[in-house]
Amino acid sequence: MAQFFNKSANNIARISMVMVVVLAGVGGFAFTQISRSSYLTGRYLEKQQPVQFSHKHHVGDDGIDCRYCHQTVETTASAGMPSTQTCMNCHSQLWADSPYLEPVRASFRDNKPIEWERVHDLPEYTYFNHSIHVAKGVGCSTCHGSIDKMPAVYQENTLQMEWCIACHRAPEKFIRPKSEIFNMAWQDGDLDSKERDKLKVDLKIRSKEMMTSCSTCHR
Amino acid sequence: MQDDKELQQKLHPAMVEGDHSFATVTDKISDLTLKKKTPFHWFFGFAIAFMVMQVLLITIVWLVTKGVGVFGTNQPVGWAFPIINFVWWIGIGHAGTLISAILLLLNQKWRTSINRFAEAMTLFAVACAGLYPVFHTGRPWLAYWLFPYPNTMSIWPQFRSPLIWDVFAVSTYATVSLLFWYIGLIPDLATLRDRAKNKYFKFVYAIFSWGWRGSARHWHRYELTYLILAGLSTPLVLSVHSTVSFDFSVSQIPGWHATFFPPYFVAGAIYAGFAMVLILAIPLRHLYNMSDFITKTHLILMGKVMLATGLIVGYSYIAEIFFGWYGGSQYEWFMIKNRIWEGPYWMFYWCLIFCNVLSIQFLWFKRFRESEFWLFIFSIIVSIGMWLERFVIIVTSLQRDFLPSSWAMYSPTIFDWSMFVGTLGMFFTLLFLFVRFVPVISIFEVRTLLPEANVHGHQQDFEENVNEVEYTYDRTDPPNE
Repeated sequence: MAQFFNKSANNIARISMVMVVVLAGVGGFAFTQISRSSYLTGRYLEKQQPVQFSHKHHVGDDGIDCRYCHQTVETTASAGMPSTQTCMNCHSQLWADSPYLEPVRASFRDNKPIEWERVHDLPEYTYFNHSIHVAKGVGCSTCHGSIDKMPAVYQENTLQMEWCIACHRAPEKFIRPKSEIFNMAWQDGDLDSKERDKLKVDLKIRSKEMMTSCSTCHR
Repeated sequence: MQDDKELQQKLHPAMVEGDHSFATVTDKISDLTLKKKTPFHWFFGFAIAFMVMQVLLITIVWLVTKGVGVFGTNQPVGWAFPIINFVWWIGIGHAGTLISAILLLLNQKWRTSINRFAEAMTLFAVACAGLYPVFHTGRPWLAYWLFPYPNTMSIWPQFRSPLIWDVFAVSTYATVSLLFWYIGLIPDLATLRDRAKNKYFKFVYAIFSWGWRGSARHWHRYELTYLILAGLSTPLVLSVHSTVSFDFSVSQIPGWHATFFPPYFVAGAIYAGFAMVLILAIPLRHLYNMSDFITKTHLILMGKVMLATGLIVGYSYIAEIFFGWYGGSQYEWFMIKNRIWEGPYWMFYWCLIFCNVLSIQFLWFKRFRESEFWLFIFSIIVSIGMWLERFVIIVTSLQRDFLPSSWAMYSPTIFDWSMFVGTLGMFFTLLFLFVRFVPVISIFEVRTLLPEANVHGHQQDFEENVNEVEYTYDRTDPPNE
C-alpha cells in the first residue's frame, strides 16, 4: 500500500508537534499580558472632560489642598466631587470672563451639576472606602499617582485585584504618617523599615489574614 | 486428549468464537465503518439521541440566560442534581479505565474485544460529567478560574479544598483516557486508511493514523507507549473516584464525613461502569452481529465483576449504618434514622437497596448470569440504583442539617431533569458517531487472540505454559514499497 501522504508530510508532522508546544506557550504568555494591558484596564488613558480642568495647574502650581474640592475623603466612602459653587468661590473673580470656563458658569446659572467623566471606576462587586484608607496612612498619590503633574487626570494603576491585594498583603511597604497623606512629593522610601513597622502598629493596621479576607472587599 | 481440550476450554475459554482468520476479523470489523450500508437502526437511534441532546442545548441556553436559580438546588440542599449526575457519570467511566489498564497489566485476554468501546464510553461519560460543574458555576465562561494560573487577581485556587483536587483528578483522567484510547486506535485507523475507498475518509484516517506502516519498530514503540499509559491509568482507576468521594468525606456533614468513602465510591464506580458496559455490549453484539468477538464468556465475566463490586457496595451500606450507630455521634445516628426510616426520603433508600443489593443476588445463579436478557435488565436496575445511591447520600444528608429551623425538602425542577436527560442524549449521540466512524472493536488485538497468532498453536502453548510475545503483522496488507 502506498502511503497516502508523500514524504514531506513527515516534516509537517514533526513541525506541528513543536508548534503545538510553542503556540501554547506563546498563547499563554500573550493571555497574561493582554489581560493586564491598558487596553483592558484603561490605565494611562486620559479622559475628555466637559471642562478643560487641569489638576497640574490647581494642585501643582496653585498648591490647593486635595480636600478643598474632595471634601469627604476623610469621612465617607466616596472622596466627593466639588459642587459648581466650590469652583465659583474663586472663578466668580478669577478668569470670570474666560470662554474655557463657560460650562462652569452655565452650570452655576442653570443650577445643573457638571457631568464629569469618571476616571477611576471600580467594579460594583468591590466594597471600597476612601476614609479608612486615609485614616490608615494610605496617601493620595499612592493610588492616584502624581496628580499635581497631570493636566488631565488618568488612571495611574490597573485597579486589578492583584494591585489591591499587593498592598493588603504588605501594607507597611506603602503607608506613610498621617501628616503626609496629602503630600504629593512623598516617596515610599522616605521611611526605613523600622519606622514603617512602628507606623503599622501605631496606625493599628489589622493582621494580614483580616486584610486579605474575602469579605473585607467583597461583601 | 479430549479431556485436555475440555480442561483447556474451561481454564482458557476461547475469546473468539466461530471460524475466524486474520483476514475475516479485519474484514468483519472494518466493514462496519467502511463497506456496509449504514443500517436503518443506526439512523433511527442517532436521530433519537440527537433530538434528546437538543434538550441539553435548550437547558444550557436557559441556564446561562437566567442563572443557576433555574435548578431546584437551594438551602439547605446546596448540592443536588448537578453533583449527583456528575458523580454518576464519572463513576460510569471507571469501568472503561479498569478494563483498558488494569486488565491489560493483569494479562486478562477478555479485555481485548471490549476495551475499545468501553474506553469510548469512559470518554463520553467524562464529557457529560464535566458539563455539570462547569455550568453549575453559573458563569461557565470563567470556568478557567478553576485552574491555577498567574491571574490578575493574584490569588490561587484553594488548594486545601477537595473541589480543586477534583479539577485535577478529572482533567488528568480525561487526558490520560483520551490518549490511551487514541494510541490504541492508531494501528486500526491505519487499517481503515488502507482500506477506505472514499478519498475524504481516507484523508481523515490518514491524518489520524500518523503514517503508521506496521513496521517492527512501530510496533515496538506502540507496545511500549501503550504499556506506559496503562501504568499511568492504573492509579487513576482508584484515585479519581477517591478524590470525588473527598468532596463529601472531607466535609463535616453527618453521612458524608466517613473514612470509608474512597473505597466505597471506587467499588460503586466500577459497579456502575460494568453495568453500563453491559448495557452497551448486549445490543452492540446483536445489532452489528459481533457475537463472535463479544462472546457469552465476556458477558458472564462482566456479570461476575458486577456481582463482586455489588457485594462490596452492599457491605459499604452495612458499614455505613454500623458506623452511624457505633460512632456514638447523635448527629450521625439521627442522619441514619432520617435516611432509612424516619425521614421523608426513606422510599429512595429502600429502592436503592433493592436495585443495588437485592436484585444482583440473582447473579449467584448460573441461569441468570448466563442469560443476556437478565444481565441487561440487571444492568439497567444497577444503573438506576447507583443514581439513587448518590441522590440518597447527597440529599438526605443535607435536607435535615444541624439546625432544625432550616430543614427543608428538596425537589428538582424541570431543568434539573432536562439537563440530566440531555446529557444522556449527548452520551448516546457521541456513541452512535463512534460506532459509525471508528472500529468499535480493536481489530489488531482481536487478531492476537486467534490460534494463528500463536506460533506454536494453542494446544502446545497450553501444555508447555509458554508465554508468547504476541506481535502480529498486518498480513492483509502488501509489504511496504
